[in-house]
Amino acid sequence: MIITVASGKGGTGKTTVATNLAFSLADHVQFLDCDVEEPNAHLFLKPALGEKQRVFTPVPVVDETACSYCRKCAEICRFRAITVLGKKVLTFPEMCHSCGGCMEICPERAITETGRELGVIEEGRRDDIGFVHGRLRVGEAMAPPLIRKVLSHVLPGKVNIIDAPPGTSCPVITAMRGADFVLLVTEPTPFGLHDLKLAVETVKILGLPRGLIINRAGIGDDGVKEYAEEEGLPVLMEIPFERSIAEACSRGRLVVEALPGWKEEFLELFRRIRKTIGWKEVGAR
Amino acid sequence: MKIAVTSRGTDLDAAVDPRFGRAAYILIIDSDTRAFEVLDNQENVDAFQGAGIQAAVMISDKGADVLLTGYCGPKAFETLQAAGIKVVNDAVGTVDAVVRDFKDGKFSIAQSANVEGHW
Repeated sequence: MIITVASGKGGTGKTTVATNLAFSLADHVQFLDCDVEEPNAHLFLKPALGEKQRVFTPVPVVDETACSYCRKCAEICRFRAITVLGKKVLTFPEMCHSCGGCMEICPERAITETGRELGVIEEGRRDDIGFVHGRLRVGEAMAPPLIRKVLSHVLPGKVNIIDAPPGTSCPVITAMRGADFVLLVTEPTPFGLHDLKLAVETVKILGLPRGLIINRAGIGDDGVKEYAEEEGLPVLMEIPFERSIAEACSRGRLVVEALPGWKEEFLELFRRIRKTIGWKEVGAR
Repeated sequence: MKIAVTSRGTDLDAAVDPRFGRAAYILIIDSDTRAFEVLDNQENVDAFQGAGIQAAVMISDKGADVLLTGYCGPKAFETLQAAGIKVVNDAVGTVDAVVRDFKDGKFSIAQSANVEGHW
């Protein structure tokens, strides 16, 4: 089972929900932090991390001694990552999406591939929780291939909890695709509602079962609740705007560790998700 | 000499378009005869990536020796350098006026891009 925790707006509490849910479950859980631009779940779960594994994506290298400057590579590249000027070939590796089209179409076989470093993957463990996250290289713009690498560590038959990046663009879609359930986290403010709507529309296009958590409940207005009702989006949990919870988060502590009463709340949340998707036991998938 | 100027319109009285890659038009002007060719840059205006690179290739294919524009980003600049096209940034006014100013030596050739990518 794959539960992906997402939100439109950043800073609504995705990581708080994902880490506390993972820590509350008794069985083995695989935790995948897919927010590779700023992974932070490790600050709360504190796994012992192993060696860094560097991840590369293929980009073209041109042997100009073999090139006939026919421009076929430049014409096929919709990302303009390779271009021909008279008797010169320029490549822009940071714009390349690694489709391999230029290599395929080159009649002179003058193009080979080399790697552009996307970032690193780190694996670790905290008690029964298997932990994997990616860190995008500073300056790298393309997160999805690194996110897919993190997702390759999904364990079938186990509970996998994915902490998605914020927003609704390619990295988020990549992190959500293949999920059995998307847990959306918002705050009950006009800004939270605005971005929640975008996120809900995205999840609808992907056709995934979904539910809502309202974090910092008590601030803002009733707009989010009214919208959830209209949408038929079940509110699975509300986390109140309380100093004790904020203090735990600020100190890098899990809410369920600082305030053990919350563990049952997260277990109930899990039961409700499990019921929604009809998942019965470990190994059922 | 052929001078490329980014333009908001299709004649020499039009204002210089400050953008290079996504300029509305690019005029290729013969500095001696003032004859010019109008390049419609709509395809690059709509490009989701690499507009500057492609615009540079386009003016290179037209044989431009120098480019007068407002802002030029790093990838466009690199491509223009490779094509041997000199770049003048911060050109403001009508196409006609900046061509005259260039011929009078009032501009200096840029040594680098003057904005970040995706500016």
